Amino acid sequence: MQDLISLFVKSIFVENMIFAYFLGMCSYLAVSKTVKTAVGLGAAVIFVLVVTVPVNWLLENYVLREGALGWLSPELAEIDLSFLSFIMFIAVIASIVQLVEMIVEKFAPALYGALGIFLPLIAVNCSILGGALFMQQKDFGTIAEAGVYGFGSGIGWFLAIVAIAAIREKIRYSNVPPALRGLGITFIVTGLMGIAFMSFMGIKL
Amino acid sequence: MSTEVKEVKKKEPLFSKKNRGLITDPLNDSNPISVQVLGICSALAITVQLKPAVVMSISVLAVLSIGNVVISLLRNLIPSRIRIIVQLVVVASLVILVNEVLQAYAYDVSKELSVFVGLIITNCIIMGRFEAFALANSPWKSFLDGLGNAFGYAWILIAVAFVRELFGSGTLFGFQIIPHAWYIDEGGFYSNNGFFLFPPMALIVVGIIIWIQRSRNTKLIED
Repeated sequence: MQDLISLFVKSIFVENMIFAYFLGMCSYLAVSKTVKTAVGLGAAVIFVLVVTVPVNWLLENYVLREGALGWLSPELAEIDLSFLSFIMFIAVIASIVQLVEMIVEKFAPALYGALGIFLPLIAVNCSILGGALFMQQKDFGTIAEAGVYGFGSGIGWFLAIVAIAAIREKIRYSNVPPALRGLGITFIVTGLMGIAFMSFMGIKL
Repeated sequence: MSTEVKEVKKKEPLFSKKNRGLITDPLNDSNPISVQVLGICSALAITVQLKPAVVMSISVLAVLSIGNVVISLLRNLIPSRIRIIVQLVVVASLVILVNEVLQAYAYDVSKELSVFVGLIITNCIIMGRFEAFALANSPWKSFLDGLGNAFGYAWILIAVAFVRELFGSGTLFGFQIIPHAWYIDEGGFYSNNGFFLFPPMALIVVGIIIWIQRSRNTKLIED
């Protein structure tokens, strides 16, 4: 249990998807103009990560990894399908995103309108595939760890996008040099936030 | 920048003025990173040193130009409802190839890039160009567009990696550039700015590149 809690805190702050790995920067920069859409997209990312990381964990451990097919029959135990992992992970992610899109369209049409093109693009949000690939690299032992890692990374991403959206709403009233307006200042502010998040690096959990 | 333009000029007929624009525009006016805001994710994480940045640029170049051609050839066959999945399958297969090649011929770099090779799949430049260009244009034009955007991506990547490696560790491609005698340990006055090795500096360096680019090219300035 303690392991899970420390993994959770670590994936939110220490290994924050945005500030430590820059994953999902494209939608982070594009959808962070107002807090409202940022919250919507952040919530969608949390949901997709929570679902896809455990599903991909199952795929990794029961289909792809060397010897993973052993549960079917002993003859299959030597097969190593890990070279297929990219294509399998992305297929799982794309279908789950399609599912989320249909659910949001049905139950929250206003949010669907606001998120527009970015909902299908969650499929190509690097943080989702990144979550799956880090899960593979970290070699989690149980599905609970994978789930907690997905949830924590999602929350970290959510916090980051909501924070930058709030800052950008305020920046609109500031006198930024013309050439830095918009994208440039957002990069620099994100860099400064990243420096702030570096203070979590020393925490040992 | 000039070398690519020269190559283009030699084989004239296929390279009408418009086609040349497909290669040169992404270098500045519609740069994928600093203007279209695509492909930032991988651009920042692997720019601590020049070598991984160059390898990454070459990988993206290969995936983007070949992928653009494939999607463009298939563009009349793909039903629009499932196009994202088709695109992902095409990219994922190309990236698997790149990954296998890297592991075979450049194992240490491929270890260094770790998950970021896989993340080429979700590199927004690739999906963005498929959506915006390859689905509506002929294979040859798409190929040029792929090349142009990959070069535009590459020069920013290499510029950031250059700054970070030079100031962060005093080396370029792993060779010592700052003379040893300058360092404080050797009785000199200089010391590396270790801060450049941390991720946030990549963002700030890109921010400054954008600042410089937009002050010179004022039509890019946002509201």
